[in-house]
Amino acid sequence: MTENQQRLCAPESLHSQTGIPRRDFLRLGWTALAGVAVVEAGVVSVGFFLPRLSEGEFGGVFKCGAVDKFPNGSVTPFNEGRFYLVRTQDGGFLALYRKCTHLGCAVPWDQTKQQFICPCHASVFDQNGDVLNAPAPRPLDLFQVNLVGDQVQVDTSKQTRRDRFDPTQIVYPT
Amino acid sequence: MNPSNNSPLSIWQRVWRSAVREPFTGDRRSRLRLVMNNLVLHLHPSQVPARTLRFTYSFGLGGLAGLLVVILAATGMLLETAYTPSPDKAYTSILALSTRIWFGQFIRNLHHWSGNLMIIVVALHLLRVFFTGAFRAPREFNWLVGIALLLLTVMANFTGYLLPWDQLAYWAITVGSSIIVYVPFIGNGLSNVLLGGPEIGAATLLNFYALHISIIPMAMLALMSLHFWRVRKDGGLSLPRGVDEPPVSKDENVLTVADLVRPEAVWAMVALATLVVWAALVNAPLEALANPDASPNPAKAAWYFMGIQELLLHFHPLVGAIIIPTLGLLGLGALPYMDSDMNSVGIYFRSRRGRWLALFSAATGVLLTALYIVLDEYVIDFAGWFYGLPALVSNGILPLILLILGIIGYYEFVRRAFRATKCEGVLSVFVLVLAGFIVLTLVGVFFRGAGMQLMFPWEITPTH
Repeated sequence: MTENQQRLCAPESLHSQTGIPRRDFLRLGWTALAGVAVVEAGVVSVGFFLPRLSEGEFGGVFKCGAVDKFPNGSVTPFNEGRFYLVRTQDGGFLALYRKCTHLGCAVPWDQTKQQFICPCHASVFDQNGDVLNAPAPRPLDLFQVNLVGDQVQVDTSKQTRRDRFDPTQIVYPT
Repeated sequence: MNPSNNSPLSIWQRVWRSAVREPFTGDRRSRLRLVMNNLVLHLHPSQVPARTLRFTYSFGLGGLAGLLVVILAATGMLLETAYTPSPDKAYTSILALSTRIWFGQFIRNLHHWSGNLMIIVVALHLLRVFFTGAFRAPREFNWLVGIALLLLTVMANFTGYLLPWDQLAYWAITVGSSIIVYVPFIGNGLSNVLLGGPEIGAATLLNFYALHISIIPMAMLALMSLHFWRVRKDGGLSLPRGVDEPPVSKDENVLTVADLVRPEAVWAMVALATLVVWAALVNAPLEALANPDASPNPAKAAWYFMGIQELLLHFHPLVGAIIIPTLGLLGLGALPYMDSDMNSVGIYFRSRRGRWLALFSAATGVLLTALYIVLDEYVIDFAGWFYGLPALVSNGILPLILLILGIIGYYEFVRRAFRATKCEGVLSVFVLVLAGFIVLTLVGVFFRGAGMQLMFPWEITPTH
């Protein structure tokens, strides 16, 4: 049989009892432990690198002001928060992340054309952030709009991706 | 050779002796031993085949890349002392280089141009190795190490690009790093970790700084050591040979000191002098302070990513930014394992027919790519023609399949129409794709204006 077995003079029966030779078992054990060590080192490195956001900056909650401050059909930029607060014609709110879904440029609002037109690669979005003109592959991402009393708040901690505009995305004041 | 045993050595002689290990007397044996006993010269064997010294074979490109690494390390370490990696101070510390720090602008220029030049030199080195068939056994693995070093060179340039924190840096890195988001499943997470958040900010600058000054250089140092070591272990440079010359296994050897070291030193000094003059005359670009609220128009990635950004204008992002570059890289890595024609090692472009095919394929690649770019601007509209299908299929998978079929078709065409060998066929496809990629890069850099519209270079007026 193998060299190891000859050297150890282990009887055949011993191996059939345990099912796996001791040498193989130990080798497997070491390999598994080495694998665990590599995974641990990887998790620690990636964990160390994870984004560290601070309160009050982009990534936190922004208080935009009273509902009445925003007339219907208006688009108000919040540069600090990197978003536009859109008030639709029927009085609902949308918070659009201004980062173009194509290659990340800051998309400005064109008041005369009533469109978002990306300067980098000419993607065009309508007031709801829906794509009017490629290359952008999907509408502008959304931030959560919360209405606390008559105050509008936008939570920029998490952006929501969407495949298309849908009226249920609009938040209406009650 | 042996100084007289009677007279005692002075302390200076003893220090000198302890450093050089053996006195150099200039005879043949001493020259051989000098190479063996010297840390830097030891990268070379003590003798080399005379014909590998031909300048027009290697063009000294590998050594040139090594020289650039040394220049970059030296200037980089100086710049580290003058730079603060925070959004508040980064731009002013770059400005201070040109206003308050002696030779600051010059050192930054030297660093900037050496970094850019290094991408070109490393790419040319790769082409030289491919075109002379020098990547075949036993050098296949070193080819892979070389590709890893090329990627690290690009990464080093990419991370360094952000550090000046001007408009150019900010938006080029925005566009460049947005490509990562298109990696399936993990793209968003990967981008968040790299940037330290959803957008470029203070965390990004610090991450890139760490990558640029320690993580990437350390990885390069390790891989360069492996690369140089393997060059020697794999038998040095492949032997050059003329197109009709029979293979030679042995060649007359010459001494490394000084038949190899002398031309190397001359080439290094010519390159260094050229770079110094260039850096003294041409300033590295610096635009206005980065403004996250205002993207410039057009917003372009760094020039070495413009080929990919141009692909993005023609394909769905997943295909243009991820699948095609990945296939290209895998193909590049697989080349030495697909190709086993050892008969043409050392001959530029394999054979007489290979030379002609390389020229033909380059012309075909340039024409077809240019034609496609123009047609795609005005005629081709996959997304419109197949309106019902998702964009990934109509504008991604479908043209990708056509592209792959086209490449396979070109290979078969060359094999049949020109009776090319397998090896000449692979060479033809390589040149075709390479020419296409160069055209894409040139169009992206020079022929794209506001809104990435196709236009002539003299019509482009950058707006900010």
